[in-house]
Amino acid sequence: MGDHSNGNNKGILNKISETQVWKAIFRTGIPRNRRQRMMVMLNNVFLHLHPVRLPKHAVKVKYTWCMGGLSFFVFLVLTVTGILLMFYYRPTVEYAYGDIIDLKEQVPLGIMREIHRWSAHLMVITVWLHMFRVFMTGSYKPPREFNWAIGVVLLVLTMLMSFTGYLLPWDQLAIWAITVGSNMAGATPMVGTSGPGSSLLALGDVNFITSSSDARFAMIGGRFIGEAALLRFYVLHCIGLPFIIMIFMIVHFWRVRKDGGISGPT
Amino acid sequence: METIKHFINTVCRPQIIFPVILAVFFFIFPPTERLLAANKKLGLYKLWTQKGGIALFCGLILAFVFGLTDPNFTKIVTKPDNVPIVGLIFLIVFFVWFSMKQAWENDARIAQGGKPKEADDAKEKILVWPDLVYIEFIALILCTVLLILWSILLKAPLEEPANPTVSPNPSKAPWYFLGLQEMLVYFDPWIAGVLFPTVIIIGMMAIPYLDTNKKGGGYYSFAQRKTAVSIFMFYWLVLWLFLITVGTFLRGPNWNFFGPFEPWDIHKLEALTNINLSDLVYMTWLKQRLPQNIFLREIGGFLVLLFYFGALPLVLAKTWFKELYARLGPVRYSIFIVLLLLSVSLPIKMFLRWVFNIKYIIAIPEFFFNI
Repeated sequence: MGDHSNGNNKGILNKISETQVWKAIFRTGIPRNRRQRMMVMLNNVFLHLHPVRLPKHAVKVKYTWCMGGLSFFVFLVLTVTGILLMFYYRPTVEYAYGDIIDLKEQVPLGIMREIHRWSAHLMVITVWLHMFRVFMTGSYKPPREFNWAIGVVLLVLTMLMSFTGYLLPWDQLAIWAITVGSNMAGATPMVGTSGPGSSLLALGDVNFITSSSDARFAMIGGRFIGEAALLRFYVLHCIGLPFIIMIFMIVHFWRVRKDGGISGPT
Repeated sequence: METIKHFINTVCRPQIIFPVILAVFFFIFPPTERLLAANKKLGLYKLWTQKGGIALFCGLILAFVFGLTDPNFTKIVTKPDNVPIVGLIFLIVFFVWFSMKQAWENDARIAQGGKPKEADDAKEKILVWPDLVYIEFIALILCTVLLILWSILLKAPLEEPANPTVSPNPSKAPWYFLGLQEMLVYFDPWIAGVLFPTVIIIGMMAIPYLDTNKKGGGYYSFAQRKTAVSIFMFYWLVLWLFLITVGTFLRGPNWNFFGPFEPWDIHKLEALTNINLSDLVYMTWLKQRLPQNIFLREIGGFLVLLFYFGALPLVLAKTWFKELYARLGPVRYSIFIVLLLLSVSLPIKMFLRWVFNIKYIIAIPEFFFNI
C-alpha cells in the first residue's frame, strides 16, 4: 500500500480522499501542496481562528510557551467533563454530597471529577503563565492595549469560575473556603454590613444595609452558605460565567487577529 | 539536622524572609541603571544562563527532597489541593528563568548593535498548516496525558459533608486567593478583600497606558524596559505568588505562622500586643486618655494619610520621580503614583506591624473604618 507513484495502486487514504463523501466534507483534499495547505486553513471554520501564514518566531514554543492555546484547550476539557458531571450531580443540600460520593464509587472509570478539578487548577496556572509571557514579550504595547484589558477580565473570570465550582462538592473544604471568600463581600464599602460607611445608608433609624440586604446577601442568597448559595453558585458555574467568559474569549481571539496577529519585533 | 530545620523555620518567618527578599529582589531584577550596574558587578545576571538555570533547579529540587524527609513538610505539601501549588512553584521558577535568559541574550545582541533573536526568526514566513498545527496537536496530547495521569494518581479531595456548625481551623480560601487572605493579617477585609482586588484589576488593565516605553514589544528583553519588568516582577513574584505560598504552606490554625518543619499546633499562642496609632499618640506619647471626639482621636492617622496620598506624590514628582513625571505627564503620573502608593502600603503596613506593633493607622470601629 501507499505507493504514490503508481496510479493503479493508490493508498487507502488516497482512495478515501477521492470519494464524494470526503470531498463534500473536506473541500481541499489532503493538504499536500502549498495551495492546498493554504486552502485548508481558509476552508475550515475551526482552523480559521489562525492566519494562513506566520512569521517563524511566532510558532516557536520558546516564544509563546503555548500557554494561551493550552488555556483554551483546558477550558474545552473543562466544558466536556463539566457536562458529563452535570449528568450525575444535583445542586441541592440534600443530594450534592451524596452525588459526589456516587460519582466516586458507582460510576465506572470515574475520573471525570478528578480531570475536572485538576483541569480547573491547571487553567488558573496556564492563564497566569500566559499573562506572564505576554508581559515579558511586551505584547501589551500598542496596538494591543485593549486586548490586554480583555485578557485581565478573562483572568478574573477564570478565577471566579474556579471559585464558584469550589462550593459544589458541598463538603467542609467547600463551604468554609466559600465562607472565607464571601465574607469579604460583606465588607464592601457602603453596601456590605461590615464595610465602612454602611451605616450612612439609612433613613432615620431604618438601616438599608443589613445582613439580609447587603452585597454578601446578593452573592450567596442568604445570610450564610446554604441552599440558595449552592444553587446560585451552580447556575453561575455552569451557565452564567461560561456564557460571559465565552463572549470575552471571542473578543480576545478576534482582537489577536485584528490587532496585527501575534506580537513580534517590528 | 534539627538545628538546620529550626534555623529554616526561623528564617521563614515573614518578619525575616520578607525584608531579605526585599533587599535582594531589586539587585536580581534591577529597575535602574545603577542597580543594573550593581547586578553586573555581583554577577547576578549569571542566574539567567544555562548553568544558572541548572543551579537554580537543582537547588529547588534539593530543598524539596530535604523537606520531604520531614513529616510536617510532607503532610502540607502533599495535600491534594496543594499539589498544584508545588507544581506552580517549579513552573514559575522555570518560566522566570526561561524568559529572563532569552531577555538577557537579546539584550546582549542589541548591545552589540544587532537585533533580537525573534527578528532573525521572523524573516522567514511559514505556513500554519502544518508547521503550527502539529505543534498545537502535540501540546494538546501532552496536556491530555498530563491531566489523565494526574487524575489517576491523585484523587480529588473530598472531606466530611458540609457542616455549618463546625468550622475547620484554619479556614482557607481557594489557593489562588490566599494572597488576598494573607493580606487580611495586615488590613481589614474591606481593604484586603475589596479595595485591593479592585485596584489590582484596574492596575493591571492600566499597564499598557502607564508604560509609555515604545521599545521591547514583541521580543524578550530586559535592559530596554528594566523598570517595567522590575515593577511587574515585584508584584507578580513577591506580592502575589510569595504571599500565596506563605498563605498555603506556612499559615496554620488561627492563621498563625508555622515554619515548614513545624507541626500545626492548635494551641500555639501569639502574643497580641498590637496597638493603634491613636493609642500610641495619646496614651504612650502624650500620656493621656483618648479624646471622645472620633475625628480628634484619629487626627494623627488622617494627617499621615493626607501626607501619604496628598503631599508625597508631589514631593516625589519634584525629586525621585522627576524624569518619570516629565515622561508620563500629570494624568498618567497621578494614576501611576496612586496605584504605586496603594500597593506599597502593604509592605509599609507589614513593617509597622512588625517593628511598632501598629494595628491600625486610623481606627474608627464605630463605622468599620479601619486602615
